[in-house]
Amino acid sequence: MKKYYEFKPLNLGRWVVWSLFALVLALIPLAFTSSLAVTILSQMGIAIIACLSYNMLLGQGGMLSFGHAVYTGLGSYLAIHALNSVADGSLPLPVALVPLVGGVAGLGFAVLFGWVTTRKSGTTFAMITLGLGELVFAMSLMIPEFFGGEGGVSGNRVIGKPFLGLTFGPPLQVYYLIAVYTFVSVAGMYAFTRTPLGRMLNAVRDNPERVEFVGYNTQRVRYNAFIIAGFFAGVAGGLGSLLFEIVTAEVVGASRSGAYLLFTFLGGATFFFGPILGGILMVIAFVLLSEFTKAWLLYLGLIFMFMVMYAPGGIASLIMMNLRVASFGKLRTLWVSYLALAVTFLIVLLGAGAMIEMIYHLQMNAAMGDEVKFLGATLHAHGLNSWFGSLFVMLTGFGLFEVTRRQFKLQWGEIQTEIEKEIKRRETA
Amino acid sequence: MSSAYALELKDLRKSFGKTEIIRGANLAVSAGERVAIIGPNGAGKSTLFNLISGRFAPTSGDVLLNGQRINGMKPYEINRLGLSRSFQITNIFPKLSVFENLRCGVLWSLGYKYTFLKFLADLDDANERAEQLMEMIKLDKKRDVLGMNLTYAEQRALEIGITIAGGAGVILLDEPTAGMSRSETARFINLIKEVTVGKTLLTVEHDMGVVFGLADKIAVVVYGEVIAFDTPDAVRANAKVQEAYLGSSVADAQAGGGH
Repeated sequence: MKKYYEFKPLNLGRWVVWSLFALVLALIPLAFTSSLAVTILSQMGIAIIACLSYNMLLGQGGMLSFGHAVYTGLGSYLAIHALNSVADGSLPLPVALVPLVGGVAGLGFAVLFGWVTTRKSGTTFAMITLGLGELVFAMSLMIPEFFGGEGGVSGNRVIGKPFLGLTFGPPLQVYYLIAVYTFVSVAGMYAFTRTPLGRMLNAVRDNPERVEFVGYNTQRVRYNAFIIAGFFAGVAGGLGSLLFEIVTAEVVGASRSGAYLLFTFLGGATFFFGPILGGILMVIAFVLLSEFTKAWLLYLGLIFMFMVMYAPGGIASLIMMNLRVASFGKLRTLWVSYLALAVTFLIVLLGAGAMIEMIYHLQMNAAMGDEVKFLGATLHAHGLNSWFGSLFVMLTGFGLFEVTRRQFKLQWGEIQTEIEKEIKRRETA
Repeated sequence: MSSAYALELKDLRKSFGKTEIIRGANLAVSAGERVAIIGPNGAGKSTLFNLISGRFAPTSGDVLLNGQRINGMKPYEINRLGLSRSFQITNIFPKLSVFENLRCGVLWSLGYKYTFLKFLADLDDANERAEQLMEMIKLDKKRDVLGMNLTYAEQRALEIGITIAGGAGVILLDEPTAGMSRSETARFINLIKEVTVGKTLLTVEHDMGVVFGLADKIAVVVYGEVIAFDTPDAVRANAKVQEAYLGSSVADAQAGGGH
């Protein structure tokens, strides 16, 4: 029989993408050499694994979990205890494999809790995960022997004999360990999407009822996927233990779970690579944006709202939609509109940002006078002029933005119809 | 006790609250028979399908598939025993392509279960079967189109494709031609005939033209009971049926051969 459907003698594109990914992981510390940069890169690797594992539930399985930090966090705790056991000699395990302890822990707890949560889907599933998240967080305060109370559990990764000359003392060595785990985990989770279970998970997301009538138990599909997601979440948690050498109760907390949800969504849940972008953004937001302004959470919330309203497919879908337009040679016509959108949006942000910074100044640092430095300008938090000026800038920006947005929407619609026509034409040709 | 019947209903009953919808339905379908289930609106035809396919559990009575009791089993368990159904309202996987839709229907029957240790691309038998099905339902040109982007008639065809994908011996089609134009219906009936060769087929159908074109036997369901089950000619002549269908489409069909 002919096998015309799988004629891919050497899937060149795939090799290129994965080699590039490996290359980026290997070479990026050469571009960013400061110790802060290396730590940030390490965190990005961890966040990528965590967000991808979260998306196995959200994007691929349609399971809105509010408690994913339970699995990353408990993975972290088990890993740090394992690390301490390695240190006192009771556990003969190379430090490089400690993250796997986290993975097994994540898997184990997913087997345990997932049995309860994945019985249900939809809103009920979301509620149960939320409850379980709260439960585990409450436990973290009740059992200080395991969770280390408020101070958390600390460890030391520079222990045992150097393995292949690696002591994991220098941050760069830890980065490369994380990079290897990241590469393997990303590859593993991508591979998962190409397997029968991975595909049936999509089917369960799309139409659980129909799945039952083609021979699959939807609960089993969800449960199995949940366990695998738990494993990768635990690996991410274990890597976090090695990186920070301390684990505190916040790693199982609701805000961490919320962050996974938020950034997976921002990155884009409908495409495999979306959560990779999400993970990178998450670290940028948590480490860099929080340095830049005290009001970072507020900005984050605004961005999230904005994305949900205008680009519910996240950044990944924005990229893919534009690639589609580009592949039909029509992206050129959009440059002006994009520029206009960006400029008007920045004007809104400028005005809104000025007011937000003044409010924060009044609330937090009122003792330090009413002067607020904002992007090089000096604003007076009690001065009418500053407020009026900011408001004016924001409203003007908003008006202009709305006009350009409507213009853009029309233009975008036209281009899409042209593309549809082109596709039809090619089909019939 | 061995049974020669592919599907047998024995005094099947189903109540929703106090209302008894299926009141002691009896039916015995031999292997390879094509049965059309007809009856007035609200007679319980769809409920009967839901009871057989495991969507609802019967209140009492038995459903036997190839002699095995299946009442109270979960839909996926019944499906694994060789019974598959389609739905009146299109029930496909909207965000998966035509090919993926069919492959999802194929996987369990080929024994891949919940595995995540094999790549789909390497499952030659599953891929070949999905390609075959795609040609059978004439959607091979739409291979990579998402289910939600198909036309209505194409979605109905895909619905049938998913239903027969697993190779079940007993096929239940719930109003397969609902909402189709006359010419589409005619083509579609031929398609159904083609793809269900050698299978036991039960369809719920309103269109009498379809019924007489497709069925070896007709079961008439009225008020949750099978009041007649016989060849089309015998059913037309049946006094009880004529009573239930007073001045009805059976008589019309008899006169015009259409509806």
